[in-house]
Amino acid sequence: MANMSLKKNEMPTQEPLVRAHNFSEVALGYTEAMALEEAQRCLNCKNMPCVSACPVNIRIPKFIEKVKEGEFEEAYRIISETSTLPAVCGRVCPQERQCESKCVRGIKGEPVGIGRLERFVADWHNTYSSETPEVNVPNGHKIAIIGSGPAGLTCAGDLAKKGYSVSVFEALHEAGGVLVYGIPEFRLPKAIVKKEVDTLKAMGVDIQTNVVIGKTLTVDELFEMGYEAVFVASGAGLPSFMGIKGESLNGVYSANEFLTRSNLMKAYKDSSATPVMKGGRVAVVGGGNVAMDSARTALRLGADEVHIVYRRSMNEIPARAEEVEHAKEEGVIFDVLTNPVEILGYSNPEDKRDPKNGFVRGMTCVRMELGEPDERGRRSPVKIEGSEFLLEVDTVIMAIGTTPNPLIKMTTEGLEVNARGGIIVNENGETSRKGIFAGGDAVTGAATVISAMGAGKIAASAIDEYISDREKNPEKL
Amino acid sequence: MYRIVNKAILNASVTLMDIEAPLVAKKAEAGQFVILRVDSEGERIPLTVAGFDREAGTVRIIFQVVGATTKKLNTKEVGDSLCDFVGPLGKKTETEGIKKVCIVGGGVGCAIALPVAQKFAALGADVTSIIGFRSRELLILEEDFAKASNKLSVMTDDGSYGRQGNVCLPLSEMLEAGERFDEVIAIGPLVMMKFVVEAVRPYGIPCTVSMNPIMIDGTGMCGGCRLTLNRDGKRVTEFACVSGPDFNGYEVDFDEAMLRSGAYRDFERHAYEDTCNLFSKEVK
Repeated sequence: MANMSLKKNEMPTQEPLVRAHNFSEVALGYTEAMALEEAQRCLNCKNMPCVSACPVNIRIPKFIEKVKEGEFEEAYRIISETSTLPAVCGRVCPQERQCESKCVRGIKGEPVGIGRLERFVADWHNTYSSETPEVNVPNGHKIAIIGSGPAGLTCAGDLAKKGYSVSVFEALHEAGGVLVYGIPEFRLPKAIVKKEVDTLKAMGVDIQTNVVIGKTLTVDELFEMGYEAVFVASGAGLPSFMGIKGESLNGVYSANEFLTRSNLMKAYKDSSATPVMKGGRVAVVGGGNVAMDSARTALRLGADEVHIVYRRSMNEIPARAEEVEHAKEEGVIFDVLTNPVEILGYSNPEDKRDPKNGFVRGMTCVRMELGEPDERGRRSPVKIEGSEFLLEVDTVIMAIGTTPNPLIKMTTEGLEVNARGGIIVNENGETSRKGIFAGGDAVTGAATVISAMGAGKIAASAIDEYISDREKNPEKL
Repeated sequence: MYRIVNKAILNASVTLMDIEAPLVAKKAEAGQFVILRVDSEGERIPLTVAGFDREAGTVRIIFQVVGATTKKLNTKEVGDSLCDFVGPLGKKTETEGIKKVCIVGGGVGCAIALPVAQKFAALGADVTSIIGFRSRELLILEEDFAKASNKLSVMTDDGSYGRQGNVCLPLSEMLEAGERFDEVIAIGPLVMMKFVVEAVRPYGIPCTVSMNPIMIDGTGMCGGCRLTLNRDGKRVTEFACVSGPDFNGYEVDFDEAMLRSGAYRDFERHAYEDTCNLFSKEVK
């Protein structure tokens, strides 16, 4: 008998005022009993709208059915047929805009907690299962993947399952891309990312860290080394700044730098040799998930006060609802309809050696109002004349987006990019160069983990087709 | 892991190491840099390439022990390995079309200036080198510079070796006497490079400087290494890791770069002292 409760089973979380001071995971996950109860809310409907709303088409009702039966390992197997990173997606996917947005139960009441169930299943597997992943018979073809973020890892997983010998080249010293340098520990524990990466290694995927494609090796050299196809999943590295005065003062960070210092370089731990500005008053400029991650990280590093400064209103804020909610509960202050115009620094004309010289002392902001909707229907913010005010802060974090890293474009002849630097691809992830595929933020600019995974999947099947085609028609070589 | 195959102490605070890193050695050019981590808890630090041997697959680094990380690096011996070593990053020093060049090196910056001088020498250019140090004890690489240069001036601040004075002195004298270079390349402390630029400015000779700001990833991702350039009346931001480390000296906002280089001075001092305490405990 289906559970007809209109509300999802709540997922336990750490108390807001406790978690605001530690880096342990915020959400604690369902217990077995909670998972069984939530699974009963799924009606197992025929047309499965949730599946088509999932970028990697996880067979959602099927895995939930197995949860109902208490067959958690079998549920995991169904998820991993299509998803390479179940424990990651269960945590960071915006389910409310994807699978759960199409759930029939959501028409009247709340949708099934698909994300929470996915997370439960993945965590159960990681805790209890000793099953090792299948290692497939090698098919003799070598594929190179550039970048070990969600797009690269997904593509690697899918190709390895098909028997390809896959090498993943990572520029940093650790695999995971944005999952390790960008998303904080309290939202996605690094041990989970490591586990997913280890699973891929166990499947035979070769991961080479400290190799910057475009510098250490070029894409063309990869072909010379015998790789038959290359998937570019190098992410959207380059941080954007606003172009206002004062952005080079000490204490102004890009979100990438701030989060990399804390996440990848572990600046939040005493044992880390990497410093980061801690304490004081912090302003984070932007309203996306990265802005929420930065604000909540600043809080945990010991900030006295953290402001989100966003130029539109709460209705337009692009971050996931859950992240905004968590940030508010933890005490982050939302200054919406507010835009920075200048960052102010200390400058002591009496004493050139004053240690505060060159550091942030505040930020001048203006109030905004929403004007007429533009052609896309989005109301653009307009400055209210004479509304300037000073926000006293010591640290400013710019979380206003990134653009694709130019290193590969600069060193790969014939690889076409659009005006924003994104690699141009067709619906199969094929670029303007034969044998080179691309996906994820390197193509789209900053987007979500799951859309990058979707692109990784598409590329994997396109690469498989490309290689099979070449094998059948060797004259095409 | 990246093995240390050679180590030499150049002076009390400057050390040379050759590191086994075949992929980096294959590609490295004068002017580029690497990023390394000594161990898995360590920070990522950028060091400009001081040389390479493509056949042996080794890259030379020369560093001054100034902070906790370089202190830890300096405790490693031949046979030990570094946890991470990535590169070559940044752009190589432009040499095309330059027939007569003046290389100005200051302190440990001479380690980076040397491969640039050697490259020009190999290309058959006329190389004038000026190298400066605080005192005789800190002098490094004099012989190598002598070999790579048609003319060499050695300066010390206290006059304990060579001529007394800073590197701008012989440079200004030469320029005043009518000597002309296709380019002046300055590599050393920010304040030295700032003054070299000012010394050259009246003569309209192109002046390149090598910037070494605070960095994390070195691939254009964090933006921590950003510099402000005054270009065509506009203030332009560029990332040293991708667009540099060489920049047109006339454009660089040195005052801002100096303020930015001190962003973590307090933290660094504490870390350095902690490391010293740690080592003294270990010794006991």
